[in-house]
Amino acid sequence: MKYIDEYRDEEIARALLARIAQRVTRHWVLMEICGGQTHTIMRYGLDELLPGGLELVHGPGCPVCVTPLELIDKAIALASRPEVVLVSYGDMLRVPGSHSDLLRTKASGGDVRIAYSPMEAVKIAQASPQHKVVFFAIGFETTAPANAMAVWEAKRLGLKNFSMLGSHVLVPPAIRLLLSQPSNRVQGFIAPGHVCAVVGHGDYEKLAREFHVPIVIGGFEPLDLLEAVFMLVQQLEEGRAELENQYVRTVPRSGNVLAQKVMREVFDVCDRKWRGIGSIAASGYRLRPEFAAFDAEQVFGMEEGGVEEPSECISALVLQGQGKPTDCSAFATRCTPENPLGAPMVSAEGACAAYYQYRRHPR
Amino acid sequence: MAEAKSFELACPLPLGSHDHVLLGHGSGGKLSAELVQQVFLPAFNNQALARLDDQAIVSVNGCKLAFTTDSFVVKPLFFPGGDIGSLAVHGTVNDLAMGGAQPLYLSAAFIIEEGLPMDTLRRVVNSLRNAAAEAGVQVVTGDTKVVERGSGDELFINTSGIGVVAEGVQLSANQARPGDVVLLSGSIGEHGICILAQREGLKFETTLESDSAALHTLVAAMLQVPGSIRCMRDPTRGGLSSALNEIAAQSRVGIALNETAIKVREEVQGACEMLGLDPLYVANEGKLIAIVEPVAAEHMLEAMRAHPLGHDAQIIGTVTEKHPGLVTIRSTLGTTRIVDMLAGDQLPRIC
Repeated sequence: MKYIDEYRDEEIARALLARIAQRVTRHWVLMEICGGQTHTIMRYGLDELLPGGLELVHGPGCPVCVTPLELIDKAIALASRPEVVLVSYGDMLRVPGSHSDLLRTKASGGDVRIAYSPMEAVKIAQASPQHKVVFFAIGFETTAPANAMAVWEAKRLGLKNFSMLGSHVLVPPAIRLLLSQPSNRVQGFIAPGHVCAVVGHGDYEKLAREFHVPIVIGGFEPLDLLEAVFMLVQQLEEGRAELENQYVRTVPRSGNVLAQKVMREVFDVCDRKWRGIGSIAASGYRLRPEFAAFDAEQVFGMEEGGVEEPSECISALVLQGQGKPTDCSAFATRCTPENPLGAPMVSAEGACAAYYQYRRHPR
Repeated sequence: MAEAKSFELACPLPLGSHDHVLLGHGSGGKLSAELVQQVFLPAFNNQALARLDDQAIVSVNGCKLAFTTDSFVVKPLFFPGGDIGSLAVHGTVNDLAMGGAQPLYLSAAFIIEEGLPMDTLRRVVNSLRNAAAEAGVQVVTGDTKVVERGSGDELFINTSGIGVVAEGVQLSANQARPGDVVLLSGSIGEHGICILAQREGLKFETTLESDSAALHTLVAAMLQVPGSIRCMRDPTRGGLSSALNEIAAQSRVGIALNETAIKVREEVQGACEMLGLDPLYVANEGKLIAIVEPVAAEHMLEAMRAHPLGHDAQIIGTVTEKHPGLVTIRSTLGTTRIVDMLAGDQLPRIC
């Protein structure tokens, strides 16, 4: 298949791996930010193919994983109300809140529907004025434009029965937090290609300069990631710390200007809590005051509240690249995708879930 | 009678943490297996059922019979490559065929929602009749129920089937042995993706058709090849992954697959890439997996390829004594990963 098969080619991969091996002279710790990239690394066993001197650690870029427990509880509470239709992306449905998940809520009579685009939720709201339609909008800068567009469109249509329960998070503040920690081990980053396709290079250039750390915008296929690793190794070995773009076929320097415009119109930057990490300043979006009528938390008068995470879970370390899933005493025993103790085990793109799915058994 | 009375389903069954039946309990994955193990097996346990194959094999007056039943709830009722009527024949014929049986007779029960257009019902019945005629089976008994509007989803069909198993044929998922070869009759994922493409809210254009087909003539051709077939499965819901994981578990063997040997048509791969799905977990309705002893593998492959429903057949892996109960796959890059059984349905990813 065009644009897929050529990026999974064994021969080219071997050639790239040989070039990486030739270039590496010492131990380097690299982090891929995005859960989609982690998934590819585990699915193709890329970490096992890399020379011993290179260590890949996995970043916090799984939107499902970092969604706070209390927000999932709020979604479940809304879905349980008889007048509400809760519309969500598919992989949020299995994510457990503190007592239940949306699939169980659906089985108990809640009207929970899967959508592939937030515009579907707007259409449902138009078609069923007797229902209050809530779109459960989570994600990084990748899903934010479409979610912003849905709210913008709902306002244009004058809909009174559409709202959004949202927790949008932003990648650069999380990288900044990681780099500011004295315990940080990460020496180079593979930046999330699809996020950069929306926001462009700007923030990542700043990070590379400010922290003197090499960053390569990377794609999601095995060869994309191997090439990104090669570019990072070259920078590290040469003592450079720049932003480079491996994913040129998708990421223009300025990003998607139209998407940025609608995000600015609809969202304000705010502090956000990340599951497994905690609150990060200016790390998320909320609806601007002129769109308050579409904010589900305000519409339904929901209260703020915190929920404790199980203490055994080491997800804070895993999400910051300071521990591997297999370092956890509960991994694959007390913590599984069916019964997760913490954030990175809940979604297919979480680091713990990827380890569990592809290699939980000893070789 | 007294014995039946003493069995109480009200006893606290260890039903995991599920107070209600979830859609995932019907997915063919781990939740479905949990339901069978914890609710149905304790209630009905007997030797024929305990094999947990797609069909029961029972002996009546020295004649070996295969017996199976299946319900069809596909939505939409009509899809490219078939409809609920033809599917109801193919599904049950295939469940019989996977036991090495010659399918003979079917029953058909229709649960119809009030208000279903009569023309729709006629089209489905006509299609069921044609599919049965093509497969050489007769529908010899049936039933009709009409439920109130809102109590069903247009139309559900149940078919049961009986077939005869020839002397010396004994196929079961517990018979795979290390060294055996795994064959697959063609490309995977077409039925599941075809149905998904018709779903409300997801419609995308594709020329893809369901692979729904009756496999018993392919099986008959395979049974002519000298050498032993250990077991056969049609990888329906839960896809290739569920079928192979079941065989690995029941035979207590490992199965090692080669990803490059598993054919996935471009339309299926494209849809899977777009939705974040893995074709290994997508349903098929006209494909079979056969585990055969190594000496028979090449001839079996030839026999399969000579049949129109098996011309894309491939050897996709081997049975191994390593990692019993586990299915692994060698990726296109030469690394190995686990192919796990999913808990419930595959859910499309956020990004």
